[in-house]
Formats: sequence, C-alpha cells, structure tokens
Amino acid sequence: MNVNIVVNGINTKGDIEPRMLLVNYVREHLGLTATNIGCDTSSCGACTIHLDGESVKSCTILAVQADGGNVTTVEGLAIDGVMHPMQESFMQNHGLQCGYCTPGMVMAAISILKENPNPTEQEVRAGLEGNLCRCTGYHNIVHSVLACAGKN
Amino acid sequence: MGGSILGNRVLRKEDPKFLTEGGKYVDDLLDEPLLANALHVTYARSTVAHGKINSIDVSEASQMDGIVAIFTGADLDLQQVPSAFNPMATRTLLATDKVRYVGEPVVAIVSETRSQGEDALDAIIIDYDVLPALIDLEKAMASDLHLYEACGSNVVFDTMVLGLPDNTGEAYFADCEVVVKGRFMNQRVAPCPLEVRGAAASWGENGRLTQWLSTQHAQGAVAPIAAANGVEEALIHVKTPDVGGGFGAKIGAYPEELLLGPIAKRVGKPVRWRETRSESMVALGHGRAQLQYVTIGGNRSGKVTHYQLWAIQDSGAWVDMGTILAPFMTRPMSSGVYDIPNIECRTTSVVTNTTPIVAYRGAGRPEATAAIERAMDMFAAKIGMDPAEVRRINLIPKFLEPHTTVVGQTYDVGDYETSLNKALEVSDYAGWREKQKAARARGDVKQLGIGVSIYVEITGGVGNGEAAKVEILDNGHALIYTGTSPHGQGHATAWAMLASEQTGIPMEKIDLVWGDTDLVPVGTGTMGSRSLQQGGNAVFAVSAELVNKAKAVAARLLEANEADIVLDKDSAAFHVAGTPALTKTWSELAQAEKSVGGALSHSDVIGVTGATFPFGAHVAIVEVDTETGKVTHLRHFACDDAGRVLNPLLLEGQIHGGVAQGTAQALLEEVVYDTDGNPTTSNLMDYAFISAAELPSIDVIHMETPTPLNLLGAKGIGESGTIGSTPAVQSAVIDAVSHLGVDHIDMPTTPQRVWEAIVAAN
Repeated sequence: MNVNIVVNGINTKGDIEPRMLLVNYVREHLGLTATNIGCDTSSCGACTIHLDGESVKSCTILAVQADGGNVTTVEGLAIDGVMHPMQESFMQNHGLQCGYCTPGMVMAAISILKENPNPTEQEVRAGLEGNLCRCTGYHNIVHSVLACAGKN
Repeated sequence: MGGSILGNRVLRKEDPKFLTEGGKYVDDLLDEPLLANALHVTYARSTVAHGKINSIDVSEASQMDGIVAIFTGADLDLQQVPSAFNPMATRTLLATDKVRYVGEPVVAIVSETRSQGEDALDAIIIDYDVLPALIDLEKAMASDLHLYEACGSNVVFDTMVLGLPDNTGEAYFADCEVVVKGRFMNQRVAPCPLEVRGAAASWGENGRLTQWLSTQHAQGAVAPIAAANGVEEALIHVKTPDVGGGFGAKIGAYPEELLLGPIAKRVGKPVRWRETRSESMVALGHGRAQLQYVTIGGNRSGKVTHYQLWAIQDSGAWVDMGTILAPFMTRPMSSGVYDIPNIECRTTSVVTNTTPIVAYRGAGRPEATAAIERAMDMFAAKIGMDPAEVRRINLIPKFLEPHTTVVGQTYDVGDYETSLNKALEVSDYAGWREKQKAARARGDVKQLGIGVSIYVEITGGVGNGEAAKVEILDNGHALIYTGTSPHGQGHATAWAMLASEQTGIPMEKIDLVWGDTDLVPVGTGTMGSRSLQQGGNAVFAVSAELVNKAKAVAARLLEANEADIVLDKDSAAFHVAGTPALTKTWSELAQAEKSVGGALSHSDVIGVTGATFPFGAHVAIVEVDTETGKVTHLRHFACDDAGRVLNPLLLEGQIHGGVAQGTAQALLEEVVYDTDGNPTTSNLMDYAFISAAELPSIDVIHMETPTPLNLLGAKGIGESGTIGSTPAVQSAVIDAVSHLGVDHIDMPTTPQRVWEAIVAAN
C-alpha cells in the first residue's frame, strides 16, 4: 500500500506491506533509527514518537494508519543544532545512561509537559509509567522533566 | 593553575548523540557495508520444558515466501560443547536430542526479511517425547531423572567438592541462648536490558569473520566464536556497537550469537539476528534463583555468635555462570559486615528445566546480603531489640588494614558503623519509629515500615588488571583504547576526565575506543563493578606514562634535559622549566614523532592488587495498606561508600539504577513457571518490570573511604545500590506488619503475599 507521511517536517512516501508498523516505517524505511523497539507488547515505550502532536507508541500503530499524518521523532527535535529544552534538561540532569529508552522517554516527557506544564513529581511519575528504563531508576529522568518545567 | 577535574560533577560527553540522533545499536547498522543484503535469522525454540526430540519437520516452512534456508543442529553438524564450569555437562548449540527448557533454540530459519522468518516459525513442527519437568529446586536435587545424564546427578557443583565441610545442623547452635531459623527464596528475576540481544555476522574475502555483538565483553567472545566456526581466533573480529544495557546478562556469548558465523558461511551471505522481547524473557539468562536455609544464634544481649547458611542455587538448564556465583560470590560474603565468630556455609548448585542462570547486577552478593540481613532482623525480633541496634552490636569495627572474616574473605577497608550512623541520621530513623508507633497505636489501615540494611560486597574481583592505550593524533586530540566496555556507565566521560587530568588535553578533544577486538585485542570487559578501579586505573597510569614519553620528545625538540621539561596542563603544552614562552604542544609532539616514523602513544596492561569491598547502609520507608497488602515505597536513603569518587554525577546515576533494580526484586519482579515448566512471565505485560510510578526519589548520602589497592582509591559502585536496597525494602515491608504477627514474607512482597501473610498471622 502507498502511504504519505510527514516525518520531521519532510514529506515521505512508501509502498509498504499493510502489516508494517509505524516504528518499522520510521526505522527501516526511512533509516531514522533513534526510535527503538524494546518489547512486543506495547509495554516499554522505547518507540514513543509524536503523531499529529500526540505521543504514541509507534509499535501499536500501523504505518498505513499514519497515512496523511505528521510524525516527529527525536531526530526532529533539535533546531539548527540546538537541542530542544527537554533534550538539554536530560543532558544537564544525567537523565540517560545506555540511551536505549531515551528517545522514547524524551518524546513522552515533552508530551507530559504539553498536557500539564506544571506537574508534581507524582504526576510526572504517573505520566512516565508507560516508558520503561532499566538504568537510571527513573530518578534523574523524573528530575529532568521537572527541571524542564522550571522546577528544582 | 586550574584545579583537578577529578571528583567534579562533569556532564556526559556521550549524551548529545544519544539525545539527538540516538545510539547506534546492533539493530541500527542499516548502512554497514559488510552487512549489505544481509539475511535474517530467526530461531524456533522449544515449547516444552523437558523432552526428547523425535522429529523435526521443516518441509512446509522451507517452501514459504522468502525462506532461504532452514537448519537443524544435525544440518549444521553441531558437536557437543562442554560447560566451562562442569565439563561433564555438554550440549549442542541447537538442541538435537533433548530440550531442557522452554525457549531453548532448536531450529534456525534464514529469510530475506525478518517477518518472513517469523511467519515460518508457525510451520515448523517439532515432535517431542515429553519428559517430567524438573522445576522445583529441591525436587530436582532429589530426582533420579537427570538433565545431563553424564553428570550422574542434577547437582552440578557443591562446595563439598572443593573440600569444604558440610554444615553440621542444629548441633552447631548448642551453646546459643537464642536460635532463629528461616527458609528464604531469593527469587528468580529477569535482567531486562531495554535492548534485547542482537548480533550480525559477515565473512570477508580474507577469510575473516566480522561479528557485531551486543555484549559487555567483546574480547571474551572471540574464543567461543572461533570454536563455533572451527577457525583460529586470529580470524575473528568482534565489534561492539552501542549496547542498550547488560546488567550481567550480556557477559557471555549465547548459542544464538555463536551460530551466526556458521549460518552465514552456509548461506554465503551476511546474516543479522535480533530476538523479540518475548524470546529474550525466556532465552536471555536470568538472575538470582537461590533458596536459602538460614540459622542464626547468639545471646539475649544481642551478640550473634553462630550463623549457618545452606544456599541451594538454581542453575537453570545449563551449567552457566549462575552455577558458580553461590560458591564463589555468596559464600565468601556470607559474614557480611558482621564479626561473627562461627560461620558455616555450604552451597549446592542444581540444574532444573528453566532458563539458565547467569550473572545479574550483584551476582551472588545480593543473595549473601539478603540472607544475613533477614537473619539479623529475625534475630532482633526474637530478642525484642531494635534491628539497627542489633546490627551495631555485631559490626566489624572500623579497619583501615585488611580484615579477614571467618569464612576466609579478606576485606580491604571498612567503616560500617559510620555508614549506619549516617543513614540513620539523614533518614531520621528515630523520627520514623515515632511515627510508626503512633500509627500502630491509632490502628491505622496504612502502617509504616522501616527497613535497615548494611552491606559489604566484592568489586573488581574479575580480572587482574586492564589494558589501556592512549594515542595522540596529529591535531593534538587523544584517543583512548580501553579493554572495558561501556553500556550506560559513562566511560567516554570518565576515561576522558582521567586522561585530561594527566595530559591537560581538554575532555572534548578526547575520544574513546572500546569493544573492537582488532583495535583492543586485550580486555576483560565491564562486569563485577570493575571498570573504574581496573580500566580507569589503567587509563590514568598509561596517560601518566605517555606524559613522560612526551617529555622525552619535547626535550629532544627543545634541546633540553628531559628532567627539566614540564607540562603546563592549563595550556596542554610542554616547556623547559623557567622558560614558559617557548612551548611544544601535544600536536607538535605527535607530528614530530610521526615525522621520524614513530607515534606518540603508550599502551600497557596495568595490574591491580586485588578486589575491593565497597560497603554502605540503606534505610527504606514503606507504607503498607493492611487491608489490601499494597506497598508504597515512600522514601529510600542510600549511603554507599565506593572509595574516592571520580564523578558524583555518574556515581549517583549508578546508585539510583541499582536501588531501582533492588527495589524491583523486593517488591515486584519474579520470573514464574507453572509446574510443567511453562513460563508465565514471558513478556513485559506479565513480568512486573518496575516503572517510575512505583519508585520514590532516592536520597543519596555520600561517604568516601578510599581503598589503597589502586591509584584512584576507587571501589566499584555499579552494583552496590542493588545489594543494599533489596534487603532494606523487604525488611521495611515485613516491619510494617510485624506488629500483626508477621515474621517473614518472601520476595517479591506483592500485595497478595503481604495480604496472605497478614491473614495467616491472624
């Protein structure tokens, strides 16, 4: 099937298998490999991207469902080499270690602040429940999000 | 003159890449020329826990779209491979006669796309004669049915074969006023690195195999890969891309990885493999899985005089590293931080029809700590004394000279009481006890629990040193080559700090090379919290020696005595003492060496004189809903002494992650099998992988007691958080309901278990 999807501001198209997941479209068809696959049950959130401004787990959506849509991956966040404030906050607060969950975590974190610009720590923790990390114990991830919101 | 960079909170060099373009993990090698047109390998795995293979029918699968080849073990002419830890146990890399756990690879499918391989899985028919599944450790120990007939038993290792005596039972405690017994299951958990296993293999025209591996130890994979391919080690080139976590489970090379070379050879094309999470949950090694019979005895004033531990280690279905963690990691640490005059510790390792056990963050030391700490709590409860106080009475006093325990383990330095005092003070332990008393007096539904643990562990026990090379490029930048292997720890930053400290070259001009066995042929990888004290130590020492070499070159160019050359670290340039105007930069020296056919670099393997023994104290505060059993982890205080700290940012990150994994074991996570050996936690929906919502922020309390055993004064920090947190959190949960008559709850302390314990106590 043919799809047309705007990814990080660029029109992309592909003739793809109907069963192709959006994450595979981004990774394999477009070669944007920052978005990772960490599970097969939509549990880990490593594949979190933005579709039409909302964070979604791109392993739960078929690429054909995103036809005509607008996708942002972590590769599309920096502008003219300047990192997005959330990326910068993760760096300043050591919010990443092995980096595997990081792109999905950053995309989820941006979405949390968009919906709730002034969250409490517990709200950030609840908001990140669907994004798993094995390295950081979440401590510095949570504090990266709070710092980006202008707290601590 | 600027101050030292060491000890500073330096941000990570590696972060901008990970944050903007993402890491380059093995599955991201899409444009690697050597992997052009690579085929995909998918493994068909055993669906039964124990069985004889009658037949394998691949006829239908081999006709499906995109299927290039399908191989059984017989097709690949696989030979029996002995276990490194018990040569009587042998297996083939694909099961040929017998399967021993659900998830064991049996057939390799080679396809043009990954999804075609997954489609073909359903069409492969493997017929088994199902054998009884040995899942329960003690039943497996007693069974006449043996996983490895040649072993003559399911017991594959026992400390008695090392000449160590058996435990003597109750007679040992004849002189004790108080004796308490426990049976603790230190449950099986899944390491769960976010990146599952993946690998790729490509034969070059020169007859060499290049293999990419998501590993903690590339150099260690060379020999098994060479053996699997029947070639000399010189023909094997292992490359490590970015690795998305390991936690011990990616130390050794697995059958699925070792088979890629032979498969690539057969099909005449490069191949890739990446498991799914559901495969990873049953085929990546598991951790812990140790049953403990514990007896502790002493007097009513709180002195513990006798301790006896029988650790029965589940090895899973292969005699892998998990087998030897009990005798060589748990047993030496059985005394913990305590001065106990009489200790007996026997360990017995048993194979079962479950996923093999490997190292997992802490690897044998968390089990030792959990046993003695739980025993201390039970002893304290029995004599009606505060658990922190009982611990204090029994601590080994502060020592700055080596101290040997009665089980024969020598610790480097220790100041356990100070760590306890700090943890109690910062956490306001006394204040929480008051709050707990009030909540109990009111009969609140939600009760507070307070858990204390004190631990000591072994780090840097793997390897006798590490290789390092530092090379100066024409432009004055430095390249560090290390035998350690980062997968989240921040080596690129930490090693650059060390080299910068010695050379004055700014960190942004220092890059790191690792995990490529052509570029770094010698290395012991990253495991057992060894990296800084061995690998970092080597970088530090080699950088210093490189400065000396550079001084010799500068002396030649400046026509001066070598002894008169000084390095001004602020400007990263050399000059003759007293004449700072005339300088030679690193770049000029490197070019000068190159012009005479040399290179400005230094390489060495720097030894260390032994393992170090980090220690600390944790206090966990939980709230337990006594009507539902639900546990909320409210606060966690961690005082971890890892010696001299290189970068507090990285140190704290290691503690946070460790505490989360320890808490996960205490509260939530467990790999479960049904009685037939079917795993019931084989994906991340069913396995209770801890999330941000189940953890509090962590209060890190600093303490530094440097070790004399390396130049940096550093001990390991990678596993301490896990070792200290698990017993503290478990203890806190039990403490919260102890007034209701509960004296023990095995981990994980899930709501159901807590609720059942409360009901049973009533």
